[in-house]
Amino acid sequence: MITLSINKKTYNVDVDPETPLLWVLRDELGLVGTKYGCGLAQCGACTVHLNGEAVRSCVTKVSRAVGQEVVTIEGLSEKGDHPVQKAWLEIDVAQCGYCQTGQIMSAVVLLKANKNPTDADIDAAMAGNICRCGTYLRIRDAIKLAAQIERKEA
Amino acid sequence: MADLKTSITRRSFLRSSALAGGGLMISFSWLSAFKSPDTMAPELADWAELTGYVKITPDNIIKILNPNPEFGQNVMTSLPMIVAEELDADWKQVLVEMGPHDNVKLGPQFTGGSNSVRMYWKPLREAGAAARQMLIEAASQSWAVPAAEITTKAGILYHQKTGKQATYGSLATKASAIAIPKGMKLKDAKEFKVVKSSIKNVEGKKIVTGEPLFGLDYHVEGMLIAMIEHPPAFGMKLKSFDASEALKMPGIKDVFTQKLYEDGFEQGGFDTRTFNDLLVVVGSNTWQVMKARKKLKVEWEPAGEYKDIIAARGQKREVVVPAELESTEAQLKKMQEWSAKPAPQLRKDGEPEAAFKNAAQVIERTYNAPFLAHNCMEPMNFFAHVTDDKALVAGPLQAPGWSEPTLAKLLNLPADKIEIQMTRMGGGFGRRAYGQYLYEAALISKKVKAPIKLVYSREDDMTYGIYRPMYTATYRAALDANKKLIGFHVNGGGIPEHAIHANRFPAGTVDNYLAEGWAIPSNITIGAFRAPRSNFNAAAEQSFLDELAEAMGKDPIDLRLELLQKGKESPVGQNNDYDAERYAGVLKLVREKSGWGKAENKKYSRGVAAYFCHNSYAAHVVDIVMKNGQPYVERVFSAIDCGIVVNPDAAINMVQGAVVDGIGNAFYGGLTHKEGRAVQNNFHAYRIIRMNEAPKKIEVHFVQNDIDPTGLGEPPFPPVFGAVANALFKATGQRLYQQPYAPQLNKRRAF
Repeated sequence: MITLSINKKTYNVDVDPETPLLWVLRDELGLVGTKYGCGLAQCGACTVHLNGEAVRSCVTKVSRAVGQEVVTIEGLSEKGDHPVQKAWLEIDVAQCGYCQTGQIMSAVVLLKANKNPTDADIDAAMAGNICRCGTYLRIRDAIKLAAQIERKEA
Repeated sequence: MADLKTSITRRSFLRSSALAGGGLMISFSWLSAFKSPDTMAPELADWAELTGYVKITPDNIIKILNPNPEFGQNVMTSLPMIVAEELDADWKQVLVEMGPHDNVKLGPQFTGGSNSVRMYWKPLREAGAAARQMLIEAASQSWAVPAAEITTKAGILYHQKTGKQATYGSLATKASAIAIPKGMKLKDAKEFKVVKSSIKNVEGKKIVTGEPLFGLDYHVEGMLIAMIEHPPAFGMKLKSFDASEALKMPGIKDVFTQKLYEDGFEQGGFDTRTFNDLLVVVGSNTWQVMKARKKLKVEWEPAGEYKDIIAARGQKREVVVPAELESTEAQLKKMQEWSAKPAPQLRKDGEPEAAFKNAAQVIERTYNAPFLAHNCMEPMNFFAHVTDDKALVAGPLQAPGWSEPTLAKLLNLPADKIEIQMTRMGGGFGRRAYGQYLYEAALISKKVKAPIKLVYSREDDMTYGIYRPMYTATYRAALDANKKLIGFHVNGGGIPEHAIHANRFPAGTVDNYLAEGWAIPSNITIGAFRAPRSNFNAAAEQSFLDELAEAMGKDPIDLRLELLQKGKESPVGQNNDYDAERYAGVLKLVREKSGWGKAENKKYSRGVAAYFCHNSYAAHVVDIVMKNGQPYVERVFSAIDCGIVVNPDAAINMVQGAVVDGIGNAFYGGLTHKEGRAVQNNFHAYRIIRMNEAPKKIEVHFVQNDIDPTGLGEPPFPPVFGAVANALFKATGQRLYQQPYAPQLNKRRAF
């Protein structure tokens, strides 16, 4: 039995410790906001926070998450009103929407370290997240808006 | 009805309740996982049904069903907007819900060919107008006043003379008993309040909070996971397997083979299969199945030549699928050889042979493009629960109605015993019009007698086929001594189809014109890919026109406009399938908005291209700068004519996305083969455009008119390729003839 702390809740799961965190979240715990895209840490759709750092859960063994704080999109905010989520809605970023939870999780980590990111900062931080619909320009705008919202709320 | 709610459980209520309007509430029992708390509550209300699309509660909540599958083109919002417009509903009162699959009640229900808004425009306006008229009739009866004196605004009915007013909700039950009227007068476009206004994605909140929306998120208690081990190469098939190790793995329930189609099975037009003998692994969860697959010991063998029987559009034909294990170099060589052969003629105007014989100058260029994988972010998957007498299937599918007859045949069930639920799709781009993965899921469920979800890994998805075909086209132009264009010839081919649209521009603008097309059979399967065929033509033809303009000493926009002027005033030949004036319109608009030829834009290497497809017109100006020694598309200006724009901001989003998609595929897109094997099998090898490669700005302008809306998902995509190639020429001095462009540039210059 493996004990995990996810979104400030404790979960006990009976899985092979080698299982990627992604599949524990999706198949065992029903936290399906974290997406499967490639299984190789190439697309970023599966991004979650491990102790506040963005990790690709598709290549992160569940054993690595033991004793750590995991946050998924479901735990980012209680009412779906994290500044980054608000900005995503305001800019109406999504097309198909499949990659967007991963994009949001990456953007949140960027904004923690950098309160006022430039285009170049955003390009560097977000290059690991693929959006096949091509919403990159809106993601950039939404990150800048989220930074503004965070500054205002601070 | 009110008593029922308190005395029985919510689920049984939903399954059994007849609505006041006589219609049955669609069953939510299977899809309950897909409902968010804020859409749960209204399900308990008494919905009165007015037409198949509109349901209203006594407290004036208006539910509008979206009929069409959603894959990011935003139909969940834009189609209900059309209903709301004619209904005169206040959008704030509207609750949108995905409709059930019911082609009788909700129309054709397919997403493809940029058709959603175009094909639903009139039926949805009529549905909204009819529902409004039913409410007016109900008010007329209640108030004993003439219907003609009743007006509506934002979900409220008014009778001015008596001062009476009532909400739609208060009269909805009465209205639902009135026969649905036909032949309603529809609004003038100038009266639109909802349509033409920017309304946010109704599923935005669910998307940013990670609610279960997609097929891969679908879950029912006790569901098993299935995956298919398919051959490593096109032209191969299963010979034998040893599953003893795999079956020892934890959670693994079964390993077996399953035929997709029995010998002689008549496939529908969208039933493309790549591999027929399925080696299936079924287990408790995805990771266990993925791990067990690695323990399979499988022998594959050449499939040899075989036949597909396709019965579509009232015709039955046999397609011989060749045996060869293909490689990209050999494919290119074969296309070159076929280009030199006499080819079937698609269209001929005037005397092109004579024009070329008498020409002072002939320009000839050949363009090639590779197979492209759709690479939807959500890999193919489907849920299926098949029992002896019925089937429930749920997942991402663009055209459920195209797959249903085949599914019925495969399962030997009547179509009315099959329920197809349409989940949101994590991308589609044409790939999900082909339902083979749904059939696989259903056959697996039938075999294991359990609910299962079939999951493709990224590698399964990318190497399965159903690609954008490989294309080639040779363009020739004949110029006289005055550099006037006197002849035009295109010879196009591909594996396994050509891309030529013989009646499109520049057909109709050149006196002597010849179009030819040919195809080389292959075992690599193909399918529609965002603007099929057009996506290659607009790269090749628009690159050629740019080079032609240079040879003629003309500005590339001027050359196109001169040709279109002739196409408008004295069109050559028959069946020219574009409107020369609207085509010219987008070129003029993009010229103006981009400041074409203006000194302040000198720092940019600029390329222009335009194209007509799916009934809409698009033109782009692409501006390239050098960034870290690499050509980078920094800005794009787009001009689009798709008639009325239903939801402007969402439409801009879609055009911006098409531009990014076009830049990405033009620079990097390509799938190659080695002895039948797809060389690229995941995103480490198949390059997709990323944030740092996306432009800083994509400015989108729509031609303002009140023409009934036409497609938008596809038309902006094709001309991006040509505009990129033409801008790259300005930036590097190199003409590009082979897609993708980035490796071609690197061949000549070390960036």
